[in-house]
Amino acid sequence: MLSKRIVSCLDVRDGKLAKSVKFVDTQDIGDPVAKAREYYAQGLDELVFYDITASSDNRGIMLDVVSRVAEQVFIPFSVGGGLRTVEDCSRVLLAGAEKVNVNSAAVKYPGLIAEASKAFGAQAVVLSMDVLKVQKSAQIPSGYEIVINGGRTPMGLDAIAWARRGVDLGAGELVVNSIDADGTKTGYELTLTRQIAEAVSVPVIASGGGGKPEHLYDVLTEGKADAALVASMLHYGEYTVGQIKEYLAGRGIKVRIQKDE
Amino acid sequence: MITLVDYKAGNLTSVRRALDHLGIPCQVSADPETVRRADKIIFPGVGAAGAAMSILRECGLDSALKEAFAAGTPILGICIGCQIILTHSEEDDTPCLDLLPGACLRFRVSDPTLKIPHMGWNGVIVTQPHPLLVHLRPGDEFYFVHSFYPQPADASQVYAISDYGGEFPVAIGKDNLFAVQFHTEKSGAVGLKVLENFANWQI
Repeated sequence: MLSKRIVSCLDVRDGKLAKSVKFVDTQDIGDPVAKAREYYAQGLDELVFYDITASSDNRGIMLDVVSRVAEQVFIPFSVGGGLRTVEDCSRVLLAGAEKVNVNSAAVKYPGLIAEASKAFGAQAVVLSMDVLKVQKSAQIPSGYEIVINGGRTPMGLDAIAWARRGVDLGAGELVVNSIDADGTKTGYELTLTRQIAEAVSVPVIASGGGGKPEHLYDVLTEGKADAALVASMLHYGEYTVGQIKEYLAGRGIKVRIQKDE
Repeated sequence: MITLVDYKAGNLTSVRRALDHLGIPCQVSADPETVRRADKIIFPGVGAAGAAMSILRECGLDSALKEAFAAGTPILGICIGCQIILTHSEEDDTPCLDLLPGACLRFRVSDPTLKIPHMGWNGVIVTQPHPLLVHLRPGDEFYFVHSFYPQPADASQVYAISDYGGEFPVAIGKDNLFAVQFHTEKSGAVGLKVLENFANWQI
């Protein structure tokens, strides 16, 4: 059986690590390459880097980060943020990422998913979706709406329908990020995660809200996620990857336990 | 010096970075003559079997690999490089290199909750000792991304298995050839050690 994966997300602005809390007030907390190395040593299963650099002039810095990570960290990682074309995707893959993470650009132009999937294979294309809880309506029957631009722009698009469409277009994996839960550390959005995991045939990574190891347990069981994304729990040194995994293993979840040399 | 076979099939750069990190000298080459004369060969790859085989044929690398295998050159196949060493692949119904008799088969799992591709970390169980897997301990896991798996005709050529809705071979080999379905270059320390063992492998 596959192990449930613990994934960490590093937000990178101008080459520096930042952690968003409800998508505002980001605070610089260090060097992304050093952090990646630290989590790799702790036994993390996978990494996601989001480039939140505002100015397109500084986007080249991210490619340098990607390439330095690839030289030192030997687990899979994906890169997202500001990828608008297949050429953008190709650049981060060539720099050493396994997968690309597309979000806003794919909502605006869904053909990007199909093009990237055809060019690099579905396993290399992760569709990341930012989701806000709203009133159920004819347009949003699940009560979960897709938003873009870091949570600022509602798109009138149902999250479940978008997840299905993304997979049909060729996404090999989904990151489901609850904006309501993001940064709260009170637990993942279990209903949303479960609905999406049940709707698609590809792995689902739950994101947003993880504050304690039991939150991961909940989303990997009740939420039916294949992987859980953790940020502040690790970034502020509250837990190590090993502590989270020991807790999960103790409750019967199959996780990869890295043995000391 | 290890020669990494370059046939535009994906993970070559990751494998090279892993070797660089380990301080193992390597060169990347698409030249059949260089492959024929190589001390050791790593045959990486991600992607589809059909496309991989056509490129190998176009470059004349198919016969170079066959000759190197026959001449006793140590060869390590990774992922697609573990699949197309067999006689045939169900992917694109592709005739392959036939270094080992056998076929590459599509996963047919009956459990609908098991997603294909088989992607993520899974345990690897050694079924027969091999110098490249000496470091493995029970419970060690490797990173996989694949929809097809290698099945040698001769069961004695299987060295390790994994389980995904049923057991399947993940490390196969014969004489100077060894091949793994998992990504040694993305499996952390246990994966890097396979590459190191290959560099030290004396036949």
